Amino acid sequence: MTSYLTPLLGGLAIGLAATGLLYLLGRIAGISGILWAAIAGGLSHDSGWRWCFLAGLLLGPLLYHLVTATPYPAAPAAGLPFAVVGGLLVGVGTRLGSGCTSGHGVCGIGRLSVRSLAATVTFMATGIATVYLLRQLWGLA
Amino acid sequence: MRNLAALACGLLFGVGLALSGMTDTAKVLGFLDLFGHWDPDLLFVMGAAVCVTLVSFRFVLRGKPLLAQAFDLPTRKDIDVHLLTGAALFGVGWGLFGYCPGPALSALVYLEPKTGVFVVSMLAGMALAGALGRRLA
Repeated sequence: MTSYLTPLLGGLAIGLAATGLLYLLGRIAGISGILWAAIAGGLSHDSGWRWCFLAGLLLGPLLYHLVTATPYPAAPAAGLPFAVVGGLLVGVGTRLGSGCTSGHGVCGIGRLSVRSLAATVTFMATGIATVYLLRQLWGLA
Repeated sequence: MRNLAALACGLLFGVGLALSGMTDTAKVLGFLDLFGHWDPDLLFVMGAAVCVTLVSFRFVLRGKPLLAQAFDLPTRKDIDVHLLTGAALFGVGWGLFGYCPGPALSALVYLEPKTGVFVVSMLAGMALAGALGRRLA
């Protein structure tokens, strides 16, 4: 049962963070969108909050591991080609599909957006299918 | 003030990602391995997060944002080919390495070179999608 506890608490923290951003700044906490808009906006005044949010996204885990003395997770097992191809597909896909797990999954479903629900079901399905092909059929990864 | 608020929200989001196990690719791929050795733990991450937003967004959206003039929300409602193709490609990339964008950025602090390569590739993919979108349009 304890293995469910940290995911549950982590999920609550993510939900509260998304609620906070909506309540305080009126914005959706979609990481891929915030990241790309920050880069596209550069250091313009309007993008300041995005860079601050992203800074927090990096500081959060650092603080968590430091304060709780939890060791870092093991390095990703997948090799470099998986990092390159996986990264490219995540980048292309999240821009083409206007969002990722946070924007569509956590916030979009929270807003009862059918568009986001369709996106979430789609990326969950292809994610599961990809792992199935790699592990069960091809014995990779 | 807005920047401080954004920093605090990002911080809480990042703590949530690390605490939940989303920054551990083995955990994520185990969760996606539905037809193998399925590890259901991460179901609780999305489940808990969505339970919060489903209730809280209802209340928040009734009023006005505290530090902005108005809410800035996505307006599109159509389910088009771009959305589904994009989501499908994103899922494949997620399943290949084990990171979606948030956890990938958070995991940069672990200073694992492969994660850095993943994030750089992700940014290249985002830039490429812009060029691709312009050609399609």
